[in-house]
Amino acid sequence: MEKSLRRNCCSGHFPIGKFFLIFTSRVKFRLQVLMAITTGFFRKPSISCFVPAYAWSNLGSGNQKVWYQVKFIDNAKIVEVASDILTLDMVHKYRIKEMELSFTQGRWSYDSWGGFDPIASSNAKPPGVELWAVFDVPPDQVDASWKNLTHTLSGLFCASINFLESSTTYSAPDWSFRSLSGNLRYGLLPREAVCTENLTPWLKLLPCRDKSGLSLLMNRPSIYNGFYHSQRLHLTSDEFDPVALHGIVLEQTLTIVLQPDALDTRASFSSSRKLQPSWSMSSLFGKTVDGKCALAKSSNVYVQLEGSLVYNMKDTWNNIEGYEGEIVQEVPYEGFGSNSNFGFSISPDRMMKEINSFHKESYSILYGFSINNYHSSKPFDLGFWWKLPVTWSCVKAPLRVSRFLMGSGNEKGAIALSLQSTEWSQSLLEADKNKEKCNLRVDVFQVVPWYIKVYYHTTKIFVDGMPQALGDIIEKMNVSPSEDKVSPGVMEMILRLPCDMKSASLTLEFDKGFLHIDEYPPDANQGFDIPSAIISYPDFQTSLQYKEDNTSIKTPMVSKMQDRRTILSYTEVLLVPLTTPDFSMPYNVITITCTVFALYFGSLLNALRRRVNEEERLLKSKDKRTSKLQLLLSKFLAKLRGKPWEPPSSTPPSSSSKFISSKVILRVLLIAAIAFGWQYYDK
Amino acid sequence: MEKSLGKTTKNHPWFWRSAIASIALRLVLIIYFPNTLNLSSRPEVSTPITSLRRLAEGYWLKRSSMSPYAGLYLDVCLQTFVMCVLIYYVVFDLIAGSMYHGSPLLLSIFGPLTVDRGEGQSHLLCGLAFVVSDFITAILIRAIGQLLQVTDIQSLKSLGAGRLSKISENFQSGDIASLVYLWNPLTIITCLGYSTSPIENLMIVLSLYGACRRLVPLAAFGWVIASHLSLYPVILIIPLVLLIGSGLDTPPRKLFLQQTCGNDYKKATNGSLHPINFSWRQVVLFFLWASAWALYVLILCGISIKDNSGLGEMFKRTYGFILSVEDLSPNIGVLWYFFAEVFDFFRDFFLIVFHINILFMVLPLAIRLHHRPCFLAFVYIAISSILKSYPSVGDSALYLGLLGLFVNALADMQFSFFLFFGYLGTLLLSPVMHNLWIWRGTGNANFYFATAMAYACFQIVLVVETVSSMLNHDRALKQGATMVEKKLQ
Repeated sequence: MEKSLRRNCCSGHFPIGKFFLIFTSRVKFRLQVLMAITTGFFRKPSISCFVPAYAWSNLGSGNQKVWYQVKFIDNAKIVEVASDILTLDMVHKYRIKEMELSFTQGRWSYDSWGGFDPIASSNAKPPGVELWAVFDVPPDQVDASWKNLTHTLSGLFCASINFLESSTTYSAPDWSFRSLSGNLRYGLLPREAVCTENLTPWLKLLPCRDKSGLSLLMNRPSIYNGFYHSQRLHLTSDEFDPVALHGIVLEQTLTIVLQPDALDTRASFSSSRKLQPSWSMSSLFGKTVDGKCALAKSSNVYVQLEGSLVYNMKDTWNNIEGYEGEIVQEVPYEGFGSNSNFGFSISPDRMMKEINSFHKESYSILYGFSINNYHSSKPFDLGFWWKLPVTWSCVKAPLRVSRFLMGSGNEKGAIALSLQSTEWSQSLLEADKNKEKCNLRVDVFQVVPWYIKVYYHTTKIFVDGMPQALGDIIEKMNVSPSEDKVSPGVMEMILRLPCDMKSASLTLEFDKGFLHIDEYPPDANQGFDIPSAIISYPDFQTSLQYKEDNTSIKTPMVSKMQDRRTILSYTEVLLVPLTTPDFSMPYNVITITCTVFALYFGSLLNALRRRVNEEERLLKSKDKRTSKLQLLLSKFLAKLRGKPWEPPSSTPPSSSSKFISSKVILRVLLIAAIAFGWQYYDK
Repeated sequence: MEKSLGKTTKNHPWFWRSAIASIALRLVLIIYFPNTLNLSSRPEVSTPITSLRRLAEGYWLKRSSMSPYAGLYLDVCLQTFVMCVLIYYVVFDLIAGSMYHGSPLLLSIFGPLTVDRGEGQSHLLCGLAFVVSDFITAILIRAIGQLLQVTDIQSLKSLGAGRLSKISENFQSGDIASLVYLWNPLTIITCLGYSTSPIENLMIVLSLYGACRRLVPLAAFGWVIASHLSLYPVILIIPLVLLIGSGLDTPPRKLFLQQTCGNDYKKATNGSLHPINFSWRQVVLFFLWASAWALYVLILCGISIKDNSGLGEMFKRTYGFILSVEDLSPNIGVLWYFFAEVFDFFRDFFLIVFHINILFMVLPLAIRLHHRPCFLAFVYIAISSILKSYPSVGDSALYLGLLGLFVNALADMQFSFFLFFGYLGTLLLSPVMHNLWIWRGTGNANFYFATAMAYACFQIVLVVETVSSMLNHDRALKQGATMVEKKLQ
């Protein structure tokens, strides 16, 4: 290990750790905090030996958001040891080009936590486990690599990812999931319960685990008390490229939505509008940060004020009357920590303003806090309080998407995908009024397990409640129907929806399958999950570009936010109840069915075998052949009974004497001999 | 039911009137109540093989230039010979396909009819096609019945004048059979339920008719198409060969020999009415035609699925699906629940056992009933419809219709009252139990399986009783013949 380290260091591959938190809050008076922590190890040929780590947080309430970002910069070596276990082995063994694994509990609320920012489209994940990977192997070996990878990850993360090995659970989307997906495999386990045993191995990949630095904040009770948490691991590698630029890059993100306890606010208001709850790191996590991780070069916390929040704050200022103090017309970032709307307990080290934002008037602001100078005697405990009540709404995704089931009973049903326009798409319409025909492109990618037998010819599309011809709306459709016990059904679709529509819906009918008893999970009556569908809007890409006051420090976190991402959202997981057979019946069913078959076979053969007058002939022959043994037996029986013996008359022999005939005895003896022999040789 | 109908249908106008009435009933139900009955989703009516909904899905996939049998990862084994595929699929564990498991020819013919042209009238054309095929089937059954009756009268005449008095009391079995077929509620349900079993029934009856009339190409065509559609009619080759080789149902040949021995030898030369010689030439011709038709069908199938998948995949998805019982959705058969419950390592064994059960009885029946090929065909159809993997009431409707052909011979059948009400009871209980289990959730699978079990038992009793009473009928004929002989002597 030591050797490989040195070699790597000499060749100029240096790991970079990244760390990043997001706080968001939603409903009025119920502040919820969303927090994301990302860590990454970049192994790229660079001269400096930096390991920056960030925490980016975004917090708000009602309709607000604030962002934090924390940075660690550190020495590289030990980080590399940690990352070697996972990245080098795995990437080389399975030739992974790109891979992403996420564990999520809860569902991201696209309406209240945002659907249009980079966080929502890259860190919001479907419930359960999502894994996708692109391999650099010939197409016929992709499945084998995938199976090995699932087993490796399953062991690494103490999760049942190995269930993704079965070909019924993963799929190979052509174009809807990622535009260039050659050897891509995609799998979802919607019912995977995520807990600390998955988080611990994930934290072990961090340079300082959860012992120091920003990862100290990852107090298990506070994380799992949240409304949503998602841990994500993203790995890209261009090792197999001849012109390698970055090496292996490992990026870890933890996204949490938390509800802060209301702190006592500094400013009290007589107005009917209530203040948003304030928060601090210690109140949210129950912990404070005592300095950066020793291995990190630097650690930063960023707080983001969303564009609409900044816009609304100006409004609030203008509207509030009776407030004693100077009225600030400009956006309140002139004095760094002190502001008439809100306040930080620690003054920010830097502030950045968004450039090229989608809405001209509102631009988001990023406050940066460096925790490099804090230590255990002087812990970093960032606090935030509101001075004025502000309400705002986050930027929503172009369409509000939800998916649900229709129908009742356990025989059939229908899946409906409902797309409703949001304020955002209304504004789009206004913007594109000049154009002749405005279209909104929506990509749908849906994987359905094989026991949901979807009839794709029953696809119906309604726009504003009116049925539409499929050809008008669907630009491209690619369906690979499910195959029983082999592969799931995959549907990829490009929809072109008119911008002025209020709502659109897409329905597909299906039949519910019937499974073998072994295929039911232990809690069969709970139902089966249909994994989330992915709705993406390739026409829109989101990125946050900040103009930094000090351009010489181009932090990786901020440059990461500048990457253009396609906006996508995940739909709900559907729960389909399936009919169950009687699990206690196997033996009964086998015996009863075999009895019926025996009845058929025996009685039909008997009917065929019977000859004319056979019975009479049989009786006659029996009368003639009253054997000596029978005579002796009857005599013996008569003596036993103490009655005088009567010679057998012409009447048919009594049932008792018939029963103990020589033939029967012979047969019994024969069977006994066979049984004995069997027993003997079987031993 | 059969008898009551029989009395009324001595006159031909009566037959036509009630046949047309039954067709009118179907048309009214199809046109005016297309969706209220919703029979197409009943498991008793449409099976995975015959469901028109699955056919529509297959056609849709085909139009979207995907394989109608498409699945995601296809490892097609290219075994084109039917027998190879049969053996292969019985022995090894199979992979079932996607939704559609029928023939590509049906797909090409009925696919365009299923395309929704709006207003929910999409299945109307299919419904009309099924009505027409039902009608043709009924007409063919009637023709078979008339042929059978003519032969019957002739053979009885030749057996002895003493039985002539009874012949005049006989019913017109062709009329009865075709009316039983047309008015059978099961046939009507099948016709309205948008399942393709009317087409399969038509093909089976067509081959029987061709064999009865010794139209070898027609018989071969019917047989090839019927086996192509549902595999089980393959075993009809024995009755068809017997029909073509030695003619229609007659009393046992021994009787004629006795007759000819007992009387003067001049009558023996007169034996052209009941040919004792087996005409091998016709049989060879039949085989030639059958292989020609099979080749033709294979070529047509190959052309129709050329762009999407090969013939190997077709066999895998149709015959393989039938033989491996992959779809465990409930039906009126007994295999679905068995294979849903049986332990996995016994699965192959029981698959072989259950399918061989059909084949086991083929030879004994053929030996015992070789002089009555039509009846043999009826027994084969009944057996395969009891024991097939995905049975439906459409199969039962066919053999119940054919049962009418033998109304004279089976006049003293036992248990007919018991059987009639048994059928009625199970067929009424079956939807109730299905509803309790699937829709209401108050019952469980055992309820429905019990009705399927009972239905299988009643069918078995019916088959056994018909076979034994047919044998008894032959015995009675023999006794009658010997009595006539004695009288003559």
